Amino acid sequence: MCMPHADARPSQGVREMTITMKKVTGAAAAMVLLSGAAAFAAQPTPWQTDFQPAASPIMESITWFENYTLWFIIPVTLLVLVLLAWCIVRFRASANPTPSRTSHNTIIEVIWTVGPVLILLCLAIPSFQLLTAQYTPPEEPALTVKAIGNQWNWDYEYQVETPLTFNSALLLDEDRAAAGKEDRGAYPRLLAVDNEVVVPVDATVRLLVTGSDVIHSFAMPAFGVKVDAVPGRINETWFKATKEGLYYGQCSELCGKDHAYMPIAIRVVTPDQYQTWLAAAATDLGGANRALMASVDAQNKIASAGE
Amino acid sequence: MAGAATHHDAHSDHRPTGWTRWVYSTNHKDIGTLYLIFAITAGIIGGALSMMMRWELQEPGIQIFHGLAGMVYGIDGDAAIDAGKSMYNAFTTAHGLVMIFFMVMPALIGGFANWMVPIMIGAPDMAFPRMNNISFWLLPPAFLLLLMSLFMPSAPGAHGVGGGWTIYPPFSTSGQPGPAVDMAILSLHIAGASSILGAINFITTIFNMRAPGMTIHKMPLFAWSVLITAFLLLLSLPVLAGGITMLLTDRNFGTAFFAPEAGGDPILFQHLFWFFGHPEVYILILPGFGIISHIVSTFSRKPVFGYLGMAYAMVAIGVVGFVVWAHHMYTTGLSLDTQRYFVFATMVIAVPTGVKIFSWIATMWGGSISMRTPMLWAIGFIFLFTVGGVTGVQLANAGLDRSLHDTYYVVAHFHYVLSLGAVFAIFAGWYYWFPKMFGYMYSSAIARVHFWLMFIGVNLVFFPQHFLGLAGMPRRYIDYPDAFAGWNMVSSYGAYLSGFSVLIFLYGVFEAFSKKRIAGNNPWGEGATTLEWQLSSPPPFHQWEQLPRIK
Repeated sequence: MCMPHADARPSQGVREMTITMKKVTGAAAAMVLLSGAAAFAAQPTPWQTDFQPAASPIMESITWFENYTLWFIIPVTLLVLVLLAWCIVRFRASANPTPSRTSHNTIIEVIWTVGPVLILLCLAIPSFQLLTAQYTPPEEPALTVKAIGNQWNWDYEYQVETPLTFNSALLLDEDRAAAGKEDRGAYPRLLAVDNEVVVPVDATVRLLVTGSDVIHSFAMPAFGVKVDAVPGRINETWFKATKEGLYYGQCSELCGKDHAYMPIAIRVVTPDQYQTWLAAAATDLGGANRALMASVDAQNKIASAGE
Repeated sequence: MAGAATHHDAHSDHRPTGWTRWVYSTNHKDIGTLYLIFAITAGIIGGALSMMMRWELQEPGIQIFHGLAGMVYGIDGDAAIDAGKSMYNAFTTAHGLVMIFFMVMPALIGGFANWMVPIMIGAPDMAFPRMNNISFWLLPPAFLLLLMSLFMPSAPGAHGVGGGWTIYPPFSTSGQPGPAVDMAILSLHIAGASSILGAINFITTIFNMRAPGMTIHKMPLFAWSVLITAFLLLLSLPVLAGGITMLLTDRNFGTAFFAPEAGGDPILFQHLFWFFGHPEVYILILPGFGIISHIVSTFSRKPVFGYLGMAYAMVAIGVVGFVVWAHHMYTTGLSLDTQRYFVFATMVIAVPTGVKIFSWIATMWGGSISMRTPMLWAIGFIFLFTVGGVTGVQLANAGLDRSLHDTYYVVAHFHYVLSLGAVFAIFAGWYYWFPKMFGYMYSSAIARVHFWLMFIGVNLVFFPQHFLGLAGMPRRYIDYPDAFAGWNMVSSYGAYLSGFSVLIFLYGVFEAFSKKRIAGNNPWGEGATTLEWQLSSPPPFHQWEQLPRIK
């Protein structure tokens, strides 16, 4: 399942791979090589116990911070567990028939008040840095995309010279063949959509989010993005995807019957691929999407052939 | 600690008999029993809702809800699938509201607090016995309204309120035009009125009816916890009432408080809701804190360590609990500075909570600990509440919450503090006071089997949900991508085990009442020092006709 393109043609691969390597960034290439197809790092996997792999600097920071908090909360929990166990064993009635009458100890009470304060300070400093970073895009965004949540699909508006708008909804099984999305590994049930959002890699993208009927929430776990789509207000956020691939998220605010059936998919491609797609999408979105998929597939085949 | 309290039974009790004893009851103990029966009933219904949800989520795809919708509404095909999806949302909503308003609150405040607070402070009854009666009797109609709302039209083609217990507009206004939401709002109004009346009663009772010598700083911690809870109720519920009244007028009378197309703001409702909703979660847990303090002290045969710190930690939790509400709203578009403030304020709560955890351990330290049934539940509570508490510290950080908000990580967190925290405290209190309230001793073996099955079960339900949340599974989903199947299956099996443990609980109650083992006035020995253990079991119909004197 992880290697849908293992049948790539090695004869052609080696030479073209070197060309591809120059085109994409080192990180993206390494990722492509490691995973066979970049898209696979960007969706949940069975028995997963941690975040999805980060595909943006903000998500890398969130992942780091989550691991950092574990260094505090797991020891605290274990401390409580050990102390409880110690009390149960050491001070059981048979071992300690006469209880002490101690009911105060100012020093220890100060310690367990100040101790947590210090731990919280250790958490707060990187936490505030992370929060600030989430509201500080590194540069003026190169692209602005507006996402509008509807019951139960998304409208996207590319605020570019020739504005591009399209709707994105759950990919239906009967449409898989026509869309060329029969690979259920790359296009999983409940995550795959008919029209993905396409953005260039390594570009800062401004995301405007609103809702047309009820509140929805635009979530993209691999980018560390979640922002509510509230009717009557436009929420702004940003992301910078640093790894090419196909990324999935799902509506994250209960919005009715088909809340579980309005996924979000973002395809991160090279700037060239993005420009080609954008130009073609203005007139023929379906054709542009198919051409882009073919281009990405070819790139992935070359990469996986290189393994 | 107190003077002798005997020779009560010699007096005539003027005790009403038959159904009038219960329906017309002004006796805090009878009303407390009514509340407990009500809470058990509601808990079974709310638990059944969650069993259906876990059954549905056991595998990817829609398993049961289209069939359920077909059976209930008499439809089939695609209409049944659509109705089933909405029905699932109605179940999540009802599960939350039932467990919060009709299980945990009636059990802890209506049940245990009604029963024990007057006895513990040396009062003959509550300050307003007839108001106590109406506090209880408002609840059954409120509960019925909520249950009936499940069968009322809401969104087109749907029945039952489908917006979650948070009932955010516009989905609860323009999104669901049918009468289901109106009925749920009315239900919450009535349940809220019941709680406000109860809160007034507790505050008056605790302030005015303490026995001679029982200063506020000598009052048992359970009474402290109920006093603080009562203030939280009194201050937060009117805000909920205001918010849902605005929902009601938006829905029915053309106002536009939350309608953006007419200048309203849906986020305003979220502020109002969480200004109530966050204190509400402390309302659910604070009485449990009080119960756990008594149990740990009793079975360690030691006084509570750091009594004043324990009492004022609860005061601090209650006060700070009012200024952290928007940490439920980090993704709604709050400004950066607003988020910074709420991160800071929320983290502060960890300090008094830590004081309580460590003080419970210090109470055990140096004690002479007997692991009787209530102690087992209390220690289970302390550990599980700690697990839920530390994930709460994580979620307090807006930067991290961005990824975890509205995922199963949050579901795991609040079930660790509530389902495993508050509910374990309820069972701890039940097994602690059962012999006092009913005069019979339950089977310790059955109670321990209940504990261990439930402990394993709930951990199987909720611990894997941390993993699901980290992987990105959003909450309130009837169906999920196949990658989430594994942990969902584990979670569902855990739910069945927990459900089975509840049957054992019920059997244990039945067994205790059928075997009629006499418990005696104080089955827990010299560690049980509060006033209720000086009375007979069950206590006389009217206690403290001669007020106890506290040294």
